Amino acid sequence: MLSVERLVKRYPTGDAALRGVDLEVPAGQVMALIGPSGAGKSTLLRCVNRLVEPTAGRVRLEGEDLTALGAAALRRARRRMGMIFQEFALVERLSVMENVLSGRLGYVGFWRSWFRRFPPADVEEAFRLLDRVELAESCDKRADALSGGQRQRVGIARALLQNPRILLVDEPTASLDPKTSRQIMRLICELCRERGLAAIINMHDVALARLFVERVVGLRQGAIVYDGPPDGLTPEVLTTIYGAEDWSEARRRGGADEEEEEEPEVDEQRLAGLT
Amino acid sequence: MTGAAAAARRWAPPPLIASAWLRRGLALGAAIYLALALGTLRVNWRRVWEGLDRGGAFVVGFARPDFVSRWVEISEGILEGLVMTVTATAVGILISVPIGLGAARNLAPLPVYLACRGIVAASRTLQEVIVAIFFVAMFGFGPLAGVLTLSFATVGFLAKLLAEDIEDTDPAPAEAVRATGASWLQLLNYGIQPQVMPRLIGLSLYRLDINFRESAVIGIVGAGGIGATLNTAFDRYEYATAAAILMTIIAIVMTAEYGSGLIRRRVQ
Ligand SMILES: Nc1ncnc2c1ncn2[C@@H]1O[C@H](COP(=O)(O)OP(=O)(O)O)[C@@H](O)[C@H]1O
Ligand SMILES: [Mg+2]
Repeated sequence: MLSVERLVKRYPTGDAALRGVDLEVPAGQVMALIGPSGAGKSTLLRCVNRLVEPTAGRVRLEGEDLTALGAAALRRARRRMGMIFQEFALVERLSVMENVLSGRLGYVGFWRSWFRRFPPADVEEAFRLLDRVELAESCDKRADALSGGQRQRVGIARALLQNPRILLVDEPTASLDPKTSRQIMRLICELCRERGLAAIINMHDVALARLFVERVVGLRQGAIVYDGPPDGLTPEVLTTIYGAEDWSEARRRGGADEEEEEEPEVDEQRLAGLT
Repeated sequence: MTGAAAAARRWAPPPLIASAWLRRGLALGAAIYLALALGTLRVNWRRVWEGLDRGGAFVVGFARPDFVSRWVEISEGILEGLVMTVTATAVGILISVPIGLGAARNLAPLPVYLACRGIVAASRTLQEVIVAIFFVAMFGFGPLAGVLTLSFATVGFLAKLLAEDIEDTDPAPAEAVRATGASWLQLLNYGIQPQVMPRLIGLSLYRLDINFRESAVIGIVGAGGIGATLNTAFDRYEYATAAAILMTIIAIVMTAEYGSGLIRRRVQ
């Protein structure tokens, strides 16, 4: 459904952030993109919806070549790609409802959005999504009055209100505590399953990735060095992705998580690691 | 005891200029320049002595301000000044917003940016009184020249500060709005405007204050308003009337200051 072909990105300031990435994401697949910071994960996501212009290569969404689109067609194509951000990227002085409704901006005209007169069906759907992420009561609160986990749920509702085919998720839990991180990851994965959405989720946390996704792609210095199931992340593979380090911790955490009951213990380990 | 003192390490902040010779040389140079500069100010002490009388009369005028004998001129001047101020501020804001958007590097392409920065620089370089003299020469005496002057000055002030505020906005929400497929105008309305609005309102109110004060100054060169009335009072040596005018200006400025403070606190 999404296919990335020989994608290259060279920023004007430095050398290549992506060096010929090939990636195929079938419909409905939730995959994790892991790699050390600076590997090019965020750049890859932003090249897909062209928040960053790729230097070379192609991105196709449902057969349509996104890299060849003009401004208006690109806007229409962006409606099919919901994005979720690390720092939530909400507009702090707008209300929760306005933030969620901004997911419809690609569908409504300027004056409608200026007067906040969204079609009733959009408002209804926004309420349904807020119900789903358990924030319906907060709809008139300002976004900066929410906690981190609540803000990310608003971000998720905003992305889903676009009625996307795929979610581009950039480190959704990097600013959250371990428990909230899991709740957010679980919510994203559940919603993808309910709606049959594909998702690319950038992650730092290998153990968390193992818990929630069916496929892991490892990126290192702008090139894919691993593509397979989470179980294939052996110490050797992790060393190729991240460089030499003792991986027993990440491995053990992953192994311990096969049964649901063991989850609290994992949280404790992660908390211990944070102190 | 002595052992402990020897062990204690001393620290002083490093001087701004490392070389001691350069530091002392610069200080000495500055002192000599100041002495020479004061020497070139030729003060005519006799004239100062005579002027003290007039200054005294002025101060006495303040003790007994005369609002009555020129009340018609004063009230007309004040009213004209207020109308000029409000009109010029409104026109100035309307022009400043597009120019401020164009002068923000994160929104505008380079040619637009340079053009808008050029307008801002021109407006800021030219002092109000000079602009007023120019407009009075072009359009004649009266409030039109004053309104044009104040609008022009408002653009330099507001557009520059608005552009800087836009450049300081958090790029993340704007990026998120762009990612939804929003158009450029929707990006402004959702991603940028909520971030800069409180400051834009605050700056506009502040500019309203400034414009009223400036309207009194440019009135002196013929651009209408209370300044013209004030100038006439001085020309006729009517210090009691001049004092009344100044006190009215002070009262209005303080009221505006207090009112805008209230509004600014509400919008934060
Ligand atoms: N806006 C930018 N301008 C210049 N270089 C950038 C920019 N964004 C990212 N880079 C560079 O591109 C590389 C990849 O960055 P990024 O995609 O943010 O990696 P990741 O998300 O995996 O941490 C890094 O070397 C980074 O310094
Ligand atoms: Mg990143």
